[in-house]
Amino acid sequence: MNRVVITGIGIYSCIGKNLDEVRESLFKGKSGIIIDPVRKEYGYRSGLTGFVDKPNLKNALDRRARIMLPEQGEYAYLSTVEALGNAGIDADFINDNEIGILYGNDSSGKAVIEANDVIRQKKDTMLVGSGAVFQTMNSTVTMNLATIFKLRGINFTISAACASGSHSIGLGYHFIKTGLQDCIVCGGAQEINHLAMGAFDALSAFSINEFDPTKASRPFDRDRDGLIPSGGAATVILESLESAKKRGATILGEVLGYGFSSNGGHISNPTVDGPTRSLYRALKDSGVMSSEIDYINAHATSTPIGDSSEAKAIHEVFGMHKPLVSSTKSMTGHECWMAGASEIVYSLLMMQNSFVAPNINFENPDEDSAKLNIAKKTIAKNINVFLSNSFGFGGTNSSLIIRKLV
Amino acid sequence: MEKNEIIERIHSILIEEFEVEQDKISPDANLKETLGVDSLDYIDLVVVIESNFAFKVKPDEFAQIVTLHDFYEYVISKINSKKLN
Repeated sequence: MNRVVITGIGIYSCIGKNLDEVRESLFKGKSGIIIDPVRKEYGYRSGLTGFVDKPNLKNALDRRARIMLPEQGEYAYLSTVEALGNAGIDADFINDNEIGILYGNDSSGKAVIEANDVIRQKKDTMLVGSGAVFQTMNSTVTMNLATIFKLRGINFTISAACASGSHSIGLGYHFIKTGLQDCIVCGGAQEINHLAMGAFDALSAFSINEFDPTKASRPFDRDRDGLIPSGGAATVILESLESAKKRGATILGEVLGYGFSSNGGHISNPTVDGPTRSLYRALKDSGVMSSEIDYINAHATSTPIGDSSEAKAIHEVFGMHKPLVSSTKSMTGHECWMAGASEIVYSLLMMQNSFVAPNINFENPDEDSAKLNIAKKTIAKNINVFLSNSFGFGGTNSSLIIRKLV
Repeated sequence: MEKNEIIERIHSILIEEFEVEQDKISPDANLKETLGVDSLDYIDLVVVIESNFAFKVKPDEFAQIVTLHDFYEYVISKINSKKLN
């Protein structure tokens, strides 16, 4: 079995458009949440959202590549350019080696709606143009990035709701561990527009604490009232230790364990048992003791039931040792399909720079979060091993354990 | 719309929308090969013709176009026949 390491990361998010900006925001506890007036006019209960600028790719990609890319594909292109650069992987290396892509994405709502608006209005499918089909499919990110970067290895999209990005890394880890691939571009992308999130807003799952947008996302806090949708993209380059050493790459961390489970219950209500099984499976796979986990990047999205269930699961598995816990969603909002990958990037930045980012807006615990060791402020901390949780609709759970390479 | 105006509009579409280099544009240029327009680009040409010249291209008519000159003549004839109707 191969050891699997991370050699590159890239990020485009509401708290920064690159690794340097994001590291700074994480350290300072800066929120990326705003109110979008368009959502209120469109009929949303909540206008709260993370915000990222639309990238200008005119000088980066030719027209053919640009018209194929939906919004989240643009974000994923930028985070992947940064991650490949971070990994020291250039076009020659890609040409000489079979590199794969496994990326999380679970919607392309804006592209679907806009294409069908044209067809409905013009009564002629051809007038939608040649790019629409490639923007609207759920596999849009992998099909576009594989084409742009000329990747020739494994190539498919992982759709697993809000655990998509995490499962992409878990699957990439297995493909490399078992020797099927040497290097895979993993990650997650999430569109951030009003067309994509209306049906989610309908469930009353979003915070309506619009008075101060930066205070609205408050995972684990007693007064939390829902999540805040957000988006962007995060890319994580996985590689076999052998391949990384052979080319002299800087190793950012080792993927030690991947845990997964399905709740086998309600489509949207969480359980304690499902996440607990995912945590135990990740620990078993990694071979580390629960006492060795220095930091847990929680899934906690700021919903009343979800955070309580996760707090119970973390307490059950780690209650004896109480590692530091924070939810970076307190700053970013819920990056959904992207979150499992972005939170690996955030945690790696903390590991590289020896701090734990704060769970901002955690002012008063509830009965369950009171049992955890939640970082209210930025804490200087040498992180050797961290764990990141991601859970999604349908009861899909994923837990990843990453260690500083020793 | 005058003939020159139509030709200029076609040129600006090719340069701005399709990012064709200006020095590659001439009446004899082969639309597919010289301008690097592939089968997917043809679909986008149909879209820009509809939005710029307000007529719908039929695929079998479009298949007859080889050079840029053919393209001018096709658009001009469609616009003229629309005027007559």
